[in-house]
Amino acid sequence: MNQLVRNFKKYRYLLGELVRKNIKLRYRRSYLGILWTLIEPLLTMIVLTIVFEEMLGRTGNDPNIPFPVYVLTGRLLYSAFSGSTNAAMRSIRSNSGMIKKVYVPKYMYPLSGIISNFVIFLISLIVLVAVIFFFVFMGSYKAPVTWELLLILLPLLNLFLLSVGVGLILSTLCVFFRDIEYLWSVILMLVMYCSAIFYYASEIDNKTTLMLLKANPVFGVIDNFRRCLFGQGVDYKLMLFSFGISFVVLLIGLLIFYRKQDDFILNI
Amino acid sequence: MAGKQIAVNVDQVGMKFNLGTQKVDNMKEYMIKLIKKELMYQEFWALKDISFQVNRGDRIGILGLNGAGKSTLLKIIAGVLKASEGNIQVNGKIAPLLELGAGFDPQYTGAENIYLYGAVLGYSKEFINEKYKSIVKFSELEKFINVPIKNYSSGMRARLGFSIATVVEPEILILDEVLSVGDAKFRRKCERRIKGMFDKGITVLFVSHSTEQVLNICNKAILLESGKLIAQGEAQKIVDLYERKLEEN
Repeated sequence: MNQLVRNFKKYRYLLGELVRKNIKLRYRRSYLGILWTLIEPLLTMIVLTIVFEEMLGRTGNDPNIPFPVYVLTGRLLYSAFSGSTNAAMRSIRSNSGMIKKVYVPKYMYPLSGIISNFVIFLISLIVLVAVIFFFVFMGSYKAPVTWELLLILLPLLNLFLLSVGVGLILSTLCVFFRDIEYLWSVILMLVMYCSAIFYYASEIDNKTTLMLLKANPVFGVIDNFRRCLFGQGVDYKLMLFSFGISFVVLLIGLLIFYRKQDDFILNI
Repeated sequence: MAGKQIAVNVDQVGMKFNLGTQKVDNMKEYMIKLIKKELMYQEFWALKDISFQVNRGDRIGILGLNGAGKSTLLKIIAGVLKASEGNIQVNGKIAPLLELGAGFDPQYTGAENIYLYGAVLGYSKEFINEKYKSIVKFSELEKFINVPIKNYSSGMRARLGFSIATVVEPEILILDEVLSVGDAKFRRKCERRIKGMFDKGITVLFVSHSTEQVLNICNKAILLESGKLIAQGEAQKIVDLYERKLEEN
């Protein structure tokens, strides 16, 4: 344990460098650069609003919450999850050249992929704030400022733990079975549709579908994030559940990653 | 007390590779083979039962034919590979000059790569800041330091890698083959830097096919043959044995 901490301290700077590299290289050679982290969610928000509000006539049960804000929160959190797990999944393979040649604690690779996606996610929260201000300014939204806004950190922490857990599992499996990449993209689609990103969970009256939704920890995260933001009161039971799942997943992830990490080099 | 004197302790180390007859890396094949019980691997011991000690200040040459396990042994000592059995103990800061520039990112400029590769080698930010100028100066790449590395020639890349890796003062130096870095002028410069380290009494592990170089650098040597340690001792004695073996073949 002591050794682990000392080793982490030694390579702490490397973690920072890898995160910086991921972010820098992502936007290098694009004219708008880091601005894309802001433009992209904004554009998707507009598309989703046009499709679901204008074309399919969705308004929701709470007329005080503008649909674009609702969609944007779900979209941002979901893409933080999908982006970071995808990055972690590919991290071992894409760094195979380095793994074969120099010693670096192996968890640095998935962890740096996840952290860089979260940094980008945190930057893109600026868009959310801007959109909220826009609607407040237009007078169609009254942003509730309550102490519960502070609790917004809990779903974010939850999402991070979940992403690390899932990321460790995926990165290990992906070394041995490439199929995981394709399988995961399908599972991610299921997660997306079961996260109530562009519809309202309260509209669902089918019990089994609702169960599926609640079993999805990403839904729990998104739902509680919105509850904090819209001042609707945290659903503690749901929060406890999604935290619980995240811890279990994290534990499994750590376990299989540590048991298998010495075999990575023989398989990549 | 004795522990202080030993720089590297290799204790009954073995390295096993599973040579699958074909590589199974997708689930369908894995499942089919699992059910048909065809998941057989051919075991291959690249190293078996290797034990030796390197004292502080020793310069040890590792001799052996191709496939004898020399590089595997160095990789295990450097921590890249984990031995299947046995123990390795390393006391002191290691500088592995195995693959210079592993960890360079081609999109990054030379300057950015100095920080990245330094971090890969476990340096701190302060340390790199402090040594940055001397790294650039030694590599003689001042003019190109802000150019992406993908536009470097292989010689330039190796020069930068060497400059970063040797900026530390290691206690144990691992050298694989010798430095065929850059042109003759730069090679001489590298050799001078390494000789300078020798004079400070560091421990060296050196792999080479050239017995001349081994005699030049090392005071002791070990000889590997198909994964087994067959002799260790004074460099001259082992080199003679190695040459006799070569003639036998």
